[in-house]
Amino acid sequence: MKSDIILSGVGGQGILSIATIIGEAALDEGLHIKQAEVHGMSQRGGDVQSNLRLSSDPIRSDLIPYGTADLILSLEPMEALRYLPYLSEKGWVVTHSVPFINIPNYPDPEKLNEELNRLPHVVLLDVEKLAKECGAPRSSNMVLLGAASDLLHIGIEKFEEGIRRVFGRKGEEIVEANITALRCGRDAAKSIIDQKMKQ
Amino acid sequence: MEEKLLLLGDQAIALGALHAGLSGVYAYPGTPSTEITEYIQQSELAIERGVYSRWCTNEKTAMEAALGVSYVGKRALVCMKHVGLNVAADAFVNSAITGTNGGLVVLVADDPSMHSSQNEQDSRFYGKFALAPIFEPSSQQEAYDMIRYAFDFSEEHKLPVLMRVTTRMAHSRAVVHTKAAREQNPMKFPDPTAGWVLLPAIARKRYATVIGQQPTLEQLAETSPFNSYTDGPNRKRGVIACGIAYNYLMEQFPEGCDFPVLKISQYPLPKNLIRRMAETCEEILVLEDGQPFVEEQVRGILPISCRITGRITGAAPRTGELTPDNVRAALGLPASKSMAPCEYVVPRPPALCNGCGHRDMYETLNRVIREYKDYKVFGDIGCYTLGALPPFRAIHTCVDMGASITMAKGAADAGLWPAIAVIGDSTFTHSGITGLLDAVNAKANITIVISDNLTTAMTGGQDSAGTNRLESICRGVGVEPEHIRVVVPLPKNMEEIAATLREEINYKGVSVIIPRRECIQTLKRHHQAKLKNESSKS
Repeated sequence: MKSDIILSGVGGQGILSIATIIGEAALDEGLHIKQAEVHGMSQRGGDVQSNLRLSSDPIRSDLIPYGTADLILSLEPMEALRYLPYLSEKGWVVTHSVPFINIPNYPDPEKLNEELNRLPHVVLLDVEKLAKECGAPRSSNMVLLGAASDLLHIGIEKFEEGIRRVFGRKGEEIVEANITALRCGRDAAKSIIDQKMKQ
Repeated sequence: MEEKLLLLGDQAIALGALHAGLSGVYAYPGTPSTEITEYIQQSELAIERGVYSRWCTNEKTAMEAALGVSYVGKRALVCMKHVGLNVAADAFVNSAITGTNGGLVVLVADDPSMHSSQNEQDSRFYGKFALAPIFEPSSQQEAYDMIRYAFDFSEEHKLPVLMRVTTRMAHSRAVVHTKAAREQNPMKFPDPTAGWVLLPAIARKRYATVIGQQPTLEQLAETSPFNSYTDGPNRKRGVIACGIAYNYLMEQFPEGCDFPVLKISQYPLPKNLIRRMAETCEEILVLEDGQPFVEEQVRGILPISCRITGRITGAAPRTGELTPDNVRAALGLPASKSMAPCEYVVPRPPALCNGCGHRDMYETLNRVIREYKDYKVFGDIGCYTLGALPPFRAIHTCVDMGASITMAKGAADAGLWPAIAVIGDSTFTHSGITGLLDAVNAKANITIVISDNLTTAMTGGQDSAGTNRLESICRGVGVEPEHIRVVVPLPKNMEEIAATLREEINYKGVSVIIPRRECIQTLKRHHQAKLKNESSKS
């Protein structure tokens, strides 16, 4: 088994906590892991990405080669499209659908939507809205992780345990909110993924 | 205790050092090295053992303090980003001449591709320059194991060891198996004849001794557990792969590389292994992250008839970090099939946070400064360097830590007015104070803005050495008290700040304006910690 994932978003959105939970779950599964992060200057509202590689065999490179990523998991639609050259032909894009506009020359969101919908395996969700609806407004990143959880070859319970370990010291309330968000994302994406898998 | 942990390269190094019996870590924050010291600061083992881990004022003070720890026989780690070694270079180069007593490892994190830096200098050149052994891990596990080896090596050979990593090693996580922790060294003074007083007569002897150690160091690189020669059936090419370049190479060959491969993670270079490769292969490809440090040296080791390729010849790109894809190209393999980039995607540069005090400072400065004709604003290193970008476009230079004050002084010496310096609080104490003294002594006609957010913000909010003491430092250096002005950078204070700026620009001499407001990132964190404290009490 191998899963090469590009996590993307805008500095401060919380992609690194998604990476942390996947990492915890993968460690629990006994998988090999490599996860390259971006720290420092790029975190100040700029584009951020993390290369996360999981495999049952040892992993060499910390970076994912072009054309081989199994999944782009993004908290922002333009940031999902930024990494298309890394996506494999069979790869999935799971992304938050609402643009984060903090630059004057942000492209037309409609055009971005068209580009995304042209891809064979895409899940576009408003994860912020879903997070609010399920009563966990601060856990939209976990909604996104939940949406992609069925594509990761790791049981959902491993992610839940990962959330418990990582957020445990912040209190039961925060743990529960994150788990609720995770399940909500999974449910929201399930029918879309099932349908596209059939095509 | 033996454990299996998911660690960043930086954290693996930190834990490896603690388990090697570290007594102190000395560092100034700098991407991508910051997390090493932060890990030690938060480690229960370090706290229990009383391992020193307070941030230093700059890399030079860090290097010297660590050498002091080594002098009394204990183990010390110095951490910095590549450009930090420029600041610490005097102490580092001379520490190889004094030699060490307790193990001393200088960990330098290079940043090829300049993700968060102003150049991509390769620290291995400094190691060679100082005649120090260099270690360069290829994986997080190797980083963990290697730092312990490096401490032992430093103690055995009485030399400082340079351990070099790059961004991708520092900031990438992998599973690391840990080993039992070693005790710290007891205090033990060096042999009185060892030569720690670098008077010329003693330094000459010590220099000769260090030169005399080089053949031993070369021999040890030939047999190092971190260097390896793996033969391959295809002798058309041999590949020398240094540090993490080895991973990008092996990524192309999951079943094992066709070509003979020399993995190098310990220097000085193992010349015999390189010659052995040249004898059997038609061509040698050198893969190394950073500058062509090995490629250049290999040209001096092998006969001129040998075909050697790498970054110099253009087989690999001359600038920027290595990637699995450019290594693929260097090997002459076809590019992987991939989708075209999306045409609508535009760059998203970093920006100052909304609500940041630097924003209010720049907004006012921009308004005031435009009232003058030939002004220039000399910037410095920190979050506020982002003031160079739109919408502010407020600074004209950014060179190295502290250069704002001294460049403004030089420009004023040459007749420029107004000459403004903008520097952060942590950068000011790092390297601005000495420049300020020059300016005061010359009564230079400059205006210095110390934009004080009470932290080292760009690297994530570490303690700043001069917090609550900036005015007294400026007074102590000799700035006239009436020309040290503190303001609060908030939109409602715009008029007051503008008036203060005008007054001080018009004053013929050194004036310091300190817009002071806490970084909103650390403010948020402090607020959350306070809430948590209150809720745990109730």
